[in-house]
Amino acid sequence: MAWVHQDKCAIVGVGATDYYVRGKSWPRTINDMAAEAIMNACADAGISHRQIDGFAYYSTAGAGYLDKFDTASLMETLGMPHISFSATLTSGGGGCVGAIGLATAGLMNEDCTYTVTLMALQQLPQHRLGVVFGAAAPSPENSFLQPSGLVGPGHLMSMLTRRHMHLYGTKPEALKEIVQATRANTHDRPKAIRKNSLSDEEYWDSPMLADPLRRLDFCLETDGAVAVITTTTDRAKDCRHKPALVHACAHGGQREWGRAFAWMGMPDPYFASAGHEFTANRIWAQSGLSAKDMDVALLYDHFSPMVLMQLEDYGFCERGEGSDYVLSGKVRYDAATGGKVNGGVPVNTHGGNLNEAYIIGMTHLVEAVEQVRGTAINQVADAEFALASGGPAALPVSSLILRRD
Amino acid sequence: MVYGPARLLPGDQIRITTNPDTEPFWQAAREHRLTACRCGECGTFRMPPTPVCPHCGSREKDWPTLPGTATVFSYVICNKNPKTGEDFVYVPVVVDLDGAPGARLNANVTGCDAEDVHIGMKVSVEWTPIQDDWVLPNFRKA
Repeated sequence: MAWVHQDKCAIVGVGATDYYVRGKSWPRTINDMAAEAIMNACADAGISHRQIDGFAYYSTAGAGYLDKFDTASLMETLGMPHISFSATLTSGGGGCVGAIGLATAGLMNEDCTYTVTLMALQQLPQHRLGVVFGAAAPSPENSFLQPSGLVGPGHLMSMLTRRHMHLYGTKPEALKEIVQATRANTHDRPKAIRKNSLSDEEYWDSPMLADPLRRLDFCLETDGAVAVITTTTDRAKDCRHKPALVHACAHGGQREWGRAFAWMGMPDPYFASAGHEFTANRIWAQSGLSAKDMDVALLYDHFSPMVLMQLEDYGFCERGEGSDYVLSGKVRYDAATGGKVNGGVPVNTHGGNLNEAYIIGMTHLVEAVEQVRGTAINQVADAEFALASGGPAALPVSSLILRRD
Repeated sequence: MVYGPARLLPGDQIRITTNPDTEPFWQAAREHRLTACRCGECGTFRMPPTPVCPHCGSREKDWPTLPGTATVFSYVICNKNPKTGEDFVYVPVVVDLDGAPGARLNANVTGCDAEDVHIGMKVSVEWTPIQDDWVLPNFRKA
């Protein structure tokens, strides 16, 4: 049955700072970057930041890995007269696109009129994710994981990838193709961090950091901030751009995935997956659509194999066929064909976390909006439906379909 | 790729913490006895140890002595000591514990070259002294 709030809300503004290589944003402060992103998103929407009265966060309102957003501080220091909605999804980057569903909840309950969803990331040396994770004194629960030397997210994803290769014969060439196919989308993106085309040799020579994953299978470490503004579709008509309608949105997941790679107890076939099957099924049920109806897919790519496993979770191909699907060129974007290659759906037309920038998923949201507006740099012709996902990680993970107005 | 011998991370750089839910596991390890948390009502295993059985909701636990053998479920080959950054080949494994269906441990494996580790490989427990007089279960190729 169609979701009762289908197309009732819309993303009307997107804003970002420049993207900086990890640590290079200093002497800007994280609050300065967050403020710029909010102001840019409001300008894009054609509203004043003083009209924002709702905050819908994810990642437990985290700003990067050590900082926290605080609504009281933001509204007081940026000059928003009052707020009437302030909430966050729990856990981490998995909730990224689900925060738009949270915004919808606030808007549809008439708690607020314009919400902002926000992420800022500044990885000064002491804030680096790998360092944060590895330096933490192990909690009693993490004492069952960290002593094995699984200290960084790349180690953990490698464990899942190895199992996927074992079960399904997934080839390293498929991971290379994901990195190369999405790298090909950043050539003409001024803000992207990795823009040079990537040769086979360069990929194979990339150091094996956690066999089977190479450095180039790991996403960028970036500083910057991104904000998006969501409002009701009625109000959206007065905004500057065509609204990006919130067509379906879900967050959550199932117990078999749970804490995922912070646990490693997932039974097959969940272990070698991205943990997205539950929310994928929710958005397909909400919309009556399926993967083949999507015009573009913005899949959270903190690690290249997680793109492959999401393709299976969302049903772009059957479970275990991700490697063949990717190697047939179906995740590529080709401007000459209006986007699609070999009957596939272009993936991460913005270059993704692997190549453009990593702001904990927010860049995927921006690209989804630009695609259904028809203003993307690598525009898919006549894009009506854009899928975006929040990072495969501890639950909740999340899924979103935006629709062209 | 050729990595050579899979080594155990040095115990003197490893710390753990415990709480009342997990401590029986570590107390048993001190005595070189491998156990896992089992529901005292329905007998379902769970690891790491947690307060409530997710299967039946009981808060009763018991701690049977397991055979100490296991099967590699998945693994990663790492080549840097995570504390020092020095070259160091170690292989984190997720293992299925014999005698405790559904219970897994994360550990290192040794007794073979890293490139010879494989999913389905049989291993047996090997005890590594770590900081604060605790003992960590690792595994050796059987």
